[in-house]
Amino acid sequence: MAKARQSLPRTAAAHAILIAYTVIALFPVFVVLINSLKSRRAIFAHPLALPGPGTFDLIGFQTVLNQGDFLLYFWNSLVVTVVSLAFVLLFGAMAAFAVSEYRFRGNLLLGLYLALGIMIPIRLGTVAILQMMVAAHLVNTLLALILVYTAQGLPLAVFILSEFMKTVSADLKNAGRIDGLSEYRIFFRLVLPLVRPAMATVAVFSMIPIWNDLWFPLILAPAEATKTITLGAQVFLGQFVTNWNAVLASLSLAILPVLVLYVLFSRQLIRGITAGAVK
Amino acid sequence: MGALTLSAVTKSFGTVDVIKGVDLEVQDGEFCVFVGPSGCGKSTLLRMIAGLEDVTAGDVRIDGVRVNLTPPAQREIAMVFQSYALYPHLSVRDNMGLALKQAGVARPEVGAAVARASAMLSLDPLLERRPAELSGGQRQRVAIGRAIVRRPKLFLFDEPLSNLDAALRVHTRIEIARLHRELNATMIYVTHDQVEAMTLADRIVVLNAGRIAQVGAPMELYNDPANTFVAGFIGSPQMNFLKAGALGRRGETLGIRPEHLQISREAGQIGGTISHVEHLGGETNVYVHTEVHGLLTVRLFGEHRFAVAETVWLTPEAGRSFLFDAAGERLRG
Ligand SMILES: Nc1ncnc2c1ncn2[C@@H]1O[C@H](COP(=O)(O)OP(=O)(O)O)[C@@H](O)[C@H]1O
Ligand SMILES: [Mg+2]
Repeated sequence: MAKARQSLPRTAAAHAILIAYTVIALFPVFVVLINSLKSRRAIFAHPLALPGPGTFDLIGFQTVLNQGDFLLYFWNSLVVTVVSLAFVLLFGAMAAFAVSEYRFRGNLLLGLYLALGIMIPIRLGTVAILQMMVAAHLVNTLLALILVYTAQGLPLAVFILSEFMKTVSADLKNAGRIDGLSEYRIFFRLVLPLVRPAMATVAVFSMIPIWNDLWFPLILAPAEATKTITLGAQVFLGQFVTNWNAVLASLSLAILPVLVLYVLFSRQLIRGITAGAVK
Repeated sequence: MGALTLSAVTKSFGTVDVIKGVDLEVQDGEFCVFVGPSGCGKSTLLRMIAGLEDVTAGDVRIDGVRVNLTPPAQREIAMVFQSYALYPHLSVRDNMGLALKQAGVARPEVGAAVARASAMLSLDPLLERRPAELSGGQRQRVAIGRAIVRRPKLFLFDEPLSNLDAALRVHTRIEIARLHRELNATMIYVTHDQVEAMTLADRIVVLNAGRIAQVGAPMELYNDPANTFVAGFIGSPQMNFLKAGALGRRGETLGIRPEHLQISREAGQIGGTISHVEHLGGETNVYVHTEVHGLLTVRLFGEHRFAVAETVWLTPEAGRSFLFDAAGERLRG
């Protein structure tokens, strides 16, 4: 709804900028999608043309789906992403609650320590991580990936969530304490629902890097049984020949699950803080 | 043994001393109000009584039992917060019943306790609603109802009326006074508003920067303040503080309430010019600028015609003034 104060040219300019940005951002995705539905010849002849009667071809998708393990790769990616996200949100929120709610010696330092990972990329520790995973016999398991991604996602989660938890009414938590709720009940029933939008933000920010990651699956879990979709798609990228139909088809398919997760979380994002807890 | 005893209670946050040694005994059934300016430590003291904040030193006793280490839920207290603090995901009925449910009370008994409290506060039509569907005044009534359900030994209120508008504030104030009579319960009530303190309290505890400035019945504090802080805090408009030496009196400061300062166009002790006049209908406040004593307030009952810039004379009523020494302590006799 337009507010009275905003002038028409200004609104138009804002929308023009946003639409332009959307077009730029979506263009690569669009190109991948239309080309995944074309024959190999058509891809190279007219990369920007829409699939037509002469050029429409599902060969890419057929290759991908007939490549027996592809559904498994999908499943692996989904398991790793969903479980890692769940851990990041649960442990991140718990740590954030501890840092923001309780006064103890070293509270500030602990908060800084937990947030340190935002600035230091976890890939710097790859060699040490690999050594640890080898020692723990976790190489070529999904658990290895889940552990690494959980560690990777926690710093940002703790940082964002602890800021949000500080805004939850102290009176509400104290009312719970007087009524005999345990700290766990206070955390799960009173605080978490009120920081749901922040949780959704963290989920969206953490999800994409996990889903798209190629590095750790390649190093920690390259076995056939534990390949993720991004790693699986690499089989079509050869040093000499690349099966572009299959690459584009697998990329198109890989967009779907994240899209679904994103839609789920963004509804929470938009819904906003449950009103009425406090004034 | 009183319902609540505080002995030499102190509280420090790191190096900052917020409560600096408080001794207090609250009797069974008493309505005790903690009053003081914002930031003087009222809420901190109340939270220490509730067990939400631990005590740095000293003892808190409820009904004679030392509760320093007892968790809030086991102190048999109930608290009403300024921000209502209702559980957003529960209906009014469940909000009110939660504490008893947590304590393991059987369902029919919880239902009966909620029904009784709800009848006292006329909450019946609201019982199935969520807090989000209530107005501010209704939320605060529910919060009070939630406290009543528990039948606590001690009711704690932390500025419960501050978020309400003026009319609702008066109404709820009367309601709280009625509840106190009906329940015959011990209540501790925190406010920064001296009108609330004067109208509700059996006894007022005036706090200043973490210390008790004076304890007494409302009229004791009004008629016999122990120091300039209490004298200035209790009563509205504020008491005038004059230079005692300039009036030929002993001590440093002479305090006189605005209603005890006589104003005349002809003659008087202190000359000045009117700088502002407030007409409130029932009373008229005249602000007079004086050379020696600064701005003085005169409170007149009824309607009076005074014009800004008029020259007037003021005279303190005999026997109505208070003398204080340089440290602000009262000089008696
Ligand atoms: N958790 C805390 N940490 C540090 N200082 C605090 C904390 N809580 C309160 N204080 C300080 O204690 C003083 C008294 O606070 P409070 O009891 O809330 O005052 P009041 O309720 O009288 O307005 C204030 O100066 C406040 O800054
Ligand atoms: Mg306060």
